[in-house]
Amino acid sequence: MDNLRELYQEVILDHNKNKRNYRKIENPDSFAHGVNPLCGDQIDVYLNLRDGVVEDVSFDGQGCAICTSSASMMTVALKGKTEADAHALFESFHHALTDDEVHPEDVPLGKLKVLTGVKEFPVRVKCATLAWHTFDAALKKVQDDISTE
Amino acid sequence: MNNVAQYDVESIRNDFPILGKKIHGNPLVYLDNAASSQHPVQVINAIKELYESGYSNIHRGVHQLSQDATKAYENGRASVRGFVNADCMHEIIFTSGTTESINLVAQSYARPLLKKGDEVLITHMEHHSNIVPWQIVCEQTGAELRVVPISGRGELEMDRFAALLSERTKMVAVGHVSNALGTVNPIKEIIDQAHALNVPVLVDGAQAVPHIPVDVQALDCDFYAFSGHKLYGPTGIGVLYGKEKFLSKMPPYKGGGDMILSVSFEKTEYNALPYKFEAGTPNIAGAIGLGAAIEYIQSIGLGAIAAHEHGLLEYATSKLRDIEGLRVIGEADQKAGLISFVLDQVHPHDIGTMLDMEGVAIRTGHHCAQPVMEHFKVPATARASFGMYNTFGEIDVLAEALNKTIGMFA
Ligand SMILES: Cc1ncc(COP(=O)(O)O)c(C=O)c1O
Repeated sequence: MDNLRELYQEVILDHNKNKRNYRKIENPDSFAHGVNPLCGDQIDVYLNLRDGVVEDVSFDGQGCAICTSSASMMTVALKGKTEADAHALFESFHHALTDDEVHPEDVPLGKLKVLTGVKEFPVRVKCATLAWHTFDAALKKVQDDISTE
Repeated sequence: MNNVAQYDVESIRNDFPILGKKIHGNPLVYLDNAASSQHPVQVINAIKELYESGYSNIHRGVHQLSQDATKAYENGRASVRGFVNADCMHEIIFTSGTTESINLVAQSYARPLLKKGDEVLITHMEHHSNIVPWQIVCEQTGAELRVVPISGRGELEMDRFAALLSERTKMVAVGHVSNALGTVNPIKEIIDQAHALNVPVLVDGAQAVPHIPVDVQALDCDFYAFSGHKLYGPTGIGVLYGKEKFLSKMPPYKGGGDMILSVSFEKTEYNALPYKFEAGTPNIAGAIGLGAAIEYIQSIGLGAIAAHEHGLLEYATSKLRDIEGLRVIGEADQKAGLISFVLDQVHPHDIGTMLDMEGVAIRTGHHCAQPVMEHFKVPATARASFGMYNTFGEIDVLAEALNKTIGMFA
């Protein structure tokens, strides 16, 4: 039961119930669709950038509590970050959750740290990282568009 | 009712060593039987004995062990034949499972025969393994896949089935029991209607054989497929029953040893049934374990097991319906062995994790039946599925754990 409380912390349950930035952005600078085919979780991430900074980021779709709250917390964490910092945060988060050698405490994640309880539930790690992968895909798309122009 | 009263579930449980296990400190409540069932000592010992004192390759050696192993393997086939009441032994082909059985029929029976303008008829509630092999063969031949719709209760729309069946239909493939909904389909009616137009029928029996006595001759089905691992037997072994009149004309599915009579570089003569379809060294231990599983089921009686499970299903359905915000997915009149559901507030994945911590093993996800999920407009469901060893007390544990889950997420 202790593990469960680690997994479903109050903050996580709150973000699951009261999703932040849960909306579609019309005509976004970029957009990506993420699916976890194993469990049917589906998330769309919308992204607007201004001068290399994440001006607005939002999501919609359907997923479990871990997936949904991770997406919600991600949007809060990313707003105002430069592209480079945003990508770096994705890398840190991913690293903290998926690398067995890494102790989550050692990674500077700020409020996102509450999600690292998922490490005790290996089958649920993908739920927590889905939104981030989707965001990173959206970010890459704009960057690719810019670099090919 | 007598049957149920005499049913000694505790003594059955004692035959399944794994049921004594604790999960996260709680007694295991295994309600994931539709994915795969557990094994009685009788099955485990049959496999152990084979490897300890009777093992060899089969059909090949003149030595004693090879003869013993061959006999044990063929005894497995005899058990299967009796279990589904096939007319003869050589109509029972060992495969690796339901999936391979269906692919075999799609490739060896349907592919040589299908052409543009022909149709294969399946249903909206099929498992992916009774969809994709037909999609592949349709792609290969230019035939078209047609799909019988299902109702809001999760039953086949039989008038639509009748309407879709035509002289263009060359094959009907239908599940006996739906793994996502529990619906028992009226396969006798389906077979009779298809046969009236000379259309052969394959029945995917993966979810039916553990719960319903099956008589392939009474059904008059042309092919019947199932897996050992949902029938208290080992993984990697399954069965294709086929009528001799079809099997004898079908070309082999795989080439190799054991499926030939003679090989030269000019011409190879294929072996007789069923060996024509059993190329290579087969799953010897699997066939023997499956035989032992069937004997175990028969020692209890599939009728008694079915009655017990029906009681569990009714009890679970009424218990779960009492839970606020719980919706049962699949409310067919005829259901077997399982109950699929969703909660208003809690995603199936979170239900699965919460229940696991209480020792309750259920399955969550799309159950390899994405068209069913899309029909009911849910991304996934939670599914509790019952076996011969489940108890009414375990249903109480399930309901209790669900209430706890709702409490946490409310
Ligand atoms: C209805 C149905 N058909 C086919 C299959 C596939 O069986 P297997 O994976 O053993 O080949 C399953 C198993 O989940 C099933 O439930």
